[in-house]
Amino acid sequence: MAAALAVTVSACGGGNIKETKSASGKSCGTVNIAVNPWTGYEANAYVIGHLAKTKLGCTVNYQDVKEEVGWQGMSAGTTDTIVENWGHPDLVKKYVDQQKTVQDAGLTKNEGIIGWYVPPWMAQKYPDITDWKNLNKYADLFKTSESGGKGQLLDGDPSYVTNDEALVKNLHLNYKVVVGGSEAALIQSFRSAEKNKTPLLAYFYQPDWFFSEIPLVKVNLPKYTPGCDSDPAKVACDYPPYKLNKLVSKKFADSGSPAYTLVKNFQWTNDDQNKVAEYIAKDKMDPDAAAKKWIDDNPDMVKQWLQGT
Amino acid sequence: MSIASPPRPRPTSREEQPYVATTKPRRTGMWLAIVVTVWVVGWALLKHQDTLATGFQDLNGLQRWLNGVRDAIQAATPTNWFFHGVIGNIVTFTNWVFEQIQYLISAPAPGRPVPQIGWLGVVAIFGWVAYAAAGLRSMVLVVASTLAFGILGYWQDSMDTLIVTVIAVLLCVVIGLPLGVGMSRRKWLSDLVTPVLDVMQTMPSFAYLTPFALVFGIGATCAILVTLVYALPPLVRIAEHGIRSVSPTTVEAADSLGVTRRQLLRRVQLPMARRTIVLGINQCTLAALSMATIAAFVNGPGLGQPVVQALQNLDVGAAAVPSLAIVVMAIMLDRTTTAASERAERQTRGRMSTRTRRIVLGVGAVVVAVCIYLSRLYLQLAQFPQKLDVGPTIADAINSATDSVVNNVDTFTSGFKNAVSYGFLNPLQTLMADTPWWLMAAVLLGFSYFLGGWRPTVVTAVCEGVILAMGLWHDAMITLTTTIVATVLVMILAVLLGVWMGRSRRVDTVIRPFLDALQTLPPFVYLVPALALFSTSRFTAIVAAVAYALPLATKLVADGIRGVAPTTVEAAEASGSTRWQMITKVQLPMARPAIVLATNQGLLYVLSMVVIGGMVGAGSLGYIVVSGFSQGQLFGKGLAAGIAITALGVMVDRIAKYTAARYGR
Repeated sequence: MAAALAVTVSACGGGNIKETKSASGKSCGTVNIAVNPWTGYEANAYVIGHLAKTKLGCTVNYQDVKEEVGWQGMSAGTTDTIVENWGHPDLVKKYVDQQKTVQDAGLTKNEGIIGWYVPPWMAQKYPDITDWKNLNKYADLFKTSESGGKGQLLDGDPSYVTNDEALVKNLHLNYKVVVGGSEAALIQSFRSAEKNKTPLLAYFYQPDWFFSEIPLVKVNLPKYTPGCDSDPAKVACDYPPYKLNKLVSKKFADSGSPAYTLVKNFQWTNDDQNKVAEYIAKDKMDPDAAAKKWIDDNPDMVKQWLQGT
Repeated sequence: MSIASPPRPRPTSREEQPYVATTKPRRTGMWLAIVVTVWVVGWALLKHQDTLATGFQDLNGLQRWLNGVRDAIQAATPTNWFFHGVIGNIVTFTNWVFEQIQYLISAPAPGRPVPQIGWLGVVAIFGWVAYAAAGLRSMVLVVASTLAFGILGYWQDSMDTLIVTVIAVLLCVVIGLPLGVGMSRRKWLSDLVTPVLDVMQTMPSFAYLTPFALVFGIGATCAILVTLVYALPPLVRIAEHGIRSVSPTTVEAADSLGVTRRQLLRRVQLPMARRTIVLGINQCTLAALSMATIAAFVNGPGLGQPVVQALQNLDVGAAAVPSLAIVVMAIMLDRTTTAASERAERQTRGRMSTRTRRIVLGVGAVVVAVCIYLSRLYLQLAQFPQKLDVGPTIADAINSATDSVVNNVDTFTSGFKNAVSYGFLNPLQTLMADTPWWLMAAVLLGFSYFLGGWRPTVVTAVCEGVILAMGLWHDAMITLTTTIVATVLVMILAVLLGVWMGRSRRVDTVIRPFLDALQTLPPFVYLVPALALFSTSRFTAIVAAVAYALPLATKLVADGIRGVAPTTVEAAEASGSTRWQMITKVQLPMARPAIVLATNQGLLYVLSMVVIGGMVGAGSLGYIVVSGFSQGQLFGKGLAAGIAITALGVMVDRIAKYTAARYGR
């Protein structure tokens, strides 16, 4: 066997692996991108990551972490950037204002809307359900084995921004918040609710690719006014419209890496993000391949992002 | 989360002994009835008073204090000599070592498009090591498994998982062996360390994930350390046991020859305990591997990452393929280390044809060298060919199968869920959680005393104290309820399946491989289909726990039934008993020790799923632990919930153990 292999070696001669002189992309180095647990975020991360890897020659590490862990990582210098941040005023205060280890890297131009949603069949059958004042009237519909005789409000991943417990209490709603877990759990619940025409009231958010599959209908809570959510325990108004932004660690910002410029330049619309997210979640594409597909389709936008790198 | 040691029941060799009740009547039934009556009456009169229920965001002093400690550590990290100077450098060093090994076999090395050694070289090295350590059959298995990682399309992730596992196991050996040896020789050390090991095994890993990430940052080092915590206890325990069980006569004989303690250890005890110690390494390895998915939550490299990510996208198929790679790896490591331990035993007895072996190994080494050389030269031999990647095909098949099942039965299953929830779960939960805490605490003490005697009662009292101090009594009682319901379901199913398997060899051969696979599969994989079938609920969490605990319990019951002496069965057949009588009057009573053991293990396995259950709707303690991991202000509460789960586990385990000791005979 050894002899046979030896023959093969001499027969084929050289080899086809080319050693490169130095580490590729010396000017860029390594970029550590946090990947938070929802598909829209993944779309941002992999589009930026794919560009950094292919256009700037960076080594890209995707770190699958929850939001707070990502912030913690930026503060410790092990994570370089969070590419879709939903507010988090407490963390902004702690890391950006006080410790100064994290910096704002501008808006993604995505607009985030958090709220309570019902499947479309319910909005059709009970048109007035979209007003929060009527929720108590329908509480019986939403009863489940988990809600202890009240209506059930299904919540998402514990790391998501939520005031739901306080809202139920302060708006005197006859509901119980039941905690569900991931984006996956919420989507699965909406799917079965629409298919079987079973009632469901749940926390959800835009931008999200899932709206193209089932156009969920938002329940309107008392209108948001600036400051109405300043005391988390006394919140009695809707979620604010979120201007989603990007964050970078101070270390990364100071490094002069071209990837930092890319992160700063990165901006796109909700539709763009939904498209990539849909490739990933619905068409089951590999996130990197999904990012490549979108990048190939949108050369103009990509060119703008790469300016100055 | 363990694939941990399935403690096999001893074969019943007491053949001729007829079955007689050996325990004297203690009137346990009567006492328990009294306790239950007091409980129910108390509940009816006083329900919803003093339940100690707290809001989800409410914190008590201890939990706030823990948050404060976290903030202080975080603030100190950049400057403090210990956190920055000592730990920071250790972490940097470990990450560097890890990276170098990655360059060697998994990730593209600097200056190369591929790792230093390509897949062909890696396969050759692994095969050679397996041959040297465990023999030809293991070599075939290892080569096939390693190729399977590539064929499934997860070469790099598999290599990363393997690196994390191997480093963690090596550290375990370095720490665990001396510790185990020391414990076997000094009773005080054993007494000191054993409870610590108990806690390490019972504490849900999610609970220490955040503190570890806080101190060690996220990444390879943190993943290795988290794995270490979980994998160390079995090794230490088995090593201690191995040294202890070296026959006393041998030790005395050596003693009389006048050897020193050190000589005794090196020349007599260690060699004689060799097989047991290798078994300990085997258990340690499997435990380490079972942490692969959990480690992904602190960005641990490897197969856990695609699993966790796919579940986020509801992609059961894409989660199943890397999970399959984990299963393959578990089988590979398990069989190889077992074979190595058997060889170790043969070697101790000195039966080896060393000459031929050396020649084969030498030639093998040359082949390995050639393979490495080739894999450095050719891209096809360095990077696993994409064409062979069958992962997506498997994923698609699994997805369409799951979808069709889910779409057809989900209305039926939700009815089933409601029946169990309204009929059983809800009443029990209100009974346990809505009773005033002091009454409930007394009821638990009563149960421990009348079932197990005063020892477990003391443990119960201490554990209750811990839960109260954590400020999570109400949540703990809800968690206890789901745990009990899940365990009851596990035992019903395990007895049904186990009796069937125990009575028929053929059924056993068909079912056992499924149980093996289910036991090794990361529990995250069946969460999505379970969610689809039963929606977000405590019942979904129960289903996941049952799926996790059932295999081991079933195997134990089946082994117990099989262990019933054939003579007894024949005698019963001769006296004309029907099949039903045979099962209920002969086989089940005779297999009682195995069933008791199965219940105990089933209970512990169910408890270890509390946190995973929290992710799909179990609420209470499990959910608090998960939230503590993701919400800053809940850090302390999450940690407290982890401690409460540990206390709950220790309490339930002790009650079950002492009860088993009393009634299992």
